[in-house]
Amino acid sequence: MTRIEKRFATLKEKGEKALITFITAGDPDMGSTERLIYALEEAGADMIELGIPFSDPMADGPTIQASSERALKGGVTIEDVLALVKRVRKRSEIPIILFGYYNPIFAYGVERFSADAREAGVDGLLVVDLPPEEADELKKHTDREGLDLIFLLTPTSDERRMRLVARKARGFIYYVSVTGVTGTRDRLPEDVRLYVERARRFTDLPIGVGFGVSGPEQARTLSQWADGIIVGSAIVKIIERWGRSERLLEEVKAFVRSLKEAMESRVYEA
Amino acid sequence: MKVLKRLPDRKGHYGIYGGRYIAETLMPAVLELEEAYRRYRRDRAFHRELNYYLKEYVGRPTPLYFAERLTSRLGGARIYLKREDLCHTGAHKINNTIGQALLAKRMGKTRIIAETGAGQHGVATATVAAMFGFRCEIYMGVEDIERQKPNVFRMKLLGAKVNPVSSGSKTLKDAMNEALRDWVTNVRDTFYIIGSVAGPHPYPMMVRDFQSVIGKETKAQIRAAEGRLPDLLVACVGGGSNAMGLFHPFLRDDVEMVGVEAGGRGIETGEHAASITAGRVGVLHGSKSYLLQDDHGQVLHTHSISAGLDYPGVGPEHSYLKDIGRVRYVTATDEEALEAFKALSMWEGIIPALESAHAVAYAMKVAPSMDRDSIIVVNLSGRGDKDIETVARVMGVEL
Repeated sequence: MTRIEKRFATLKEKGEKALITFITAGDPDMGSTERLIYALEEAGADMIELGIPFSDPMADGPTIQASSERALKGGVTIEDVLALVKRVRKRSEIPIILFGYYNPIFAYGVERFSADAREAGVDGLLVVDLPPEEADELKKHTDREGLDLIFLLTPTSDERRMRLVARKARGFIYYVSVTGVTGTRDRLPEDVRLYVERARRFTDLPIGVGFGVSGPEQARTLSQWADGIIVGSAIVKIIERWGRSERLLEEVKAFVRSLKEAMESRVYEA
Repeated sequence: MKVLKRLPDRKGHYGIYGGRYIAETLMPAVLELEEAYRRYRRDRAFHRELNYYLKEYVGRPTPLYFAERLTSRLGGARIYLKREDLCHTGAHKINNTIGQALLAKRMGKTRIIAETGAGQHGVATATVAAMFGFRCEIYMGVEDIERQKPNVFRMKLLGAKVNPVSSGSKTLKDAMNEALRDWVTNVRDTFYIIGSVAGPHPYPMMVRDFQSVIGKETKAQIRAAEGRLPDLLVACVGGGSNAMGLFHPFLRDDVEMVGVEAGGRGIETGEHAASITAGRVGVLHGSKSYLLQDDHGQVLHTHSISAGLDYPGVGPEHSYLKDIGRVRYVTATDEEALEAFKALSMWEGIIPALESAHAVAYAMKVAPSMDRDSIIVVNLSGRGDKDIETVARVMGVEL
């Protein structure tokens, strides 16, 4: 069992949902990212999604684009990201998922990447521009190393794609709640529930919902149906605002606590 | 000669290149497009309509013009120019936008988006959107908006909304990122007209097919004029659509082909856009191909005097043709392109686009050392009116 599977199983026993928090590695700098990971965990995050910065983040909205740019200005590389995970592993067992685009991983070498990521203590990998059709080369190595290669489903995925994704996915399935790029939304589509329920007919894996989650209210609503909630841009916005200020960790913690509390106070609909 | 397989394969691969490296949200849209294209590429009514517009609206066939003065000045091979600059809107781009717009219409899409570098593809898209009655938005880097002002105004006149893109290097690649973000958001009613043989499958195949009219006409025209096929075809390569359109119908013939990439200020300076010459295999904008990137897989900023070639990637089929040795890829610098721009203007009365001037520059380099009875065809992919401001600035002339 991977750390991701274990965490979902433990939460399920307690009747809780996973709060998965995204930050970009190296924004504002690597030291801050490490401190942020501990702060996120302390405030109630169940898993960390760590963004590998890329020069052309096609699937991201302005908030994460800017975050990625800040990290790249600091010269962040995959080697740095893996070294960071290694450091974190000395102190924490929180599941870590790397989130990124294919080219930096391809340039690093998929075999070497999979081996180094496992060795560093990475648990899962989500490559946003690598649909199941193109993933075989990478998946061969992530499977061998026991890394969970996570795939996306979206509002445009039909049943054929749900079946395909369900067959290939490991760890959990990431349901993208909106057709669009990452970024907070005031309102989320009302059909998320239907989609999640439909997807469950094809998979026993946990389903996490992300893209567009802006705060506690939405986290509460979504946690009625999903097994996990992924929050990215809303946290990255706080990092953008506070940067290297002393208040950064407290601000992030307060926000994450509010998410976790909202999710725990959810009311089940009949 | 090596026998060429029919490419791409079912999944859009050209050897190791091509494919569909895109977000899951777009996969259904791309699959739907592929299905529609496979159906209509064999559909007679579709081709009848396409041919009608190519003839009556675009003005095809374009002439294959014997550049007599250029030839005699250089004193070598006979140089022919395929006059794509005479297409409606002033470049080959419209061959493809008409085709894709007809597809969009059949697929029931109501809104069209496109990326543009030099503005030629943007203008060609805005033009067909106006003619067929689509809503139209064009993404363009702010640096390109600055150097291609006339085309920006043209797009606006044609009723398109031009969205400036100020992320990254503020040029074509960033415009494409932004167009992809728009598409992912509005995928249900929006058709994305990609302007080059790039992007996820089926775009490289589809754009190639629509542009192949260039090579097909050339083949018939050169046979009529010279009674044989040419010895050498030359075309500029950014993403590579005009080159692919000229080359593709000749791939199985005994004809040498050269793609000319943007050498910018010189390959050794790092300021260029020569993806095949100086890049490594990578993945960007939906396909695997040669890519200008650093050691960590971050995409590099590029430079070319010509906005249309200022792109770090290249169509996957070009990468394949390079690897199997069927097409040779070389570079021409900004300076060489400028010299060719002036030469063609002075000697032939034709002001070429700066993109096309790269191809002319290579032809001028090799023609003198070729036999007088050998034949070169240069794809004159666009006209240079859009570039006069840029050229005047370089020449130190105030307009």
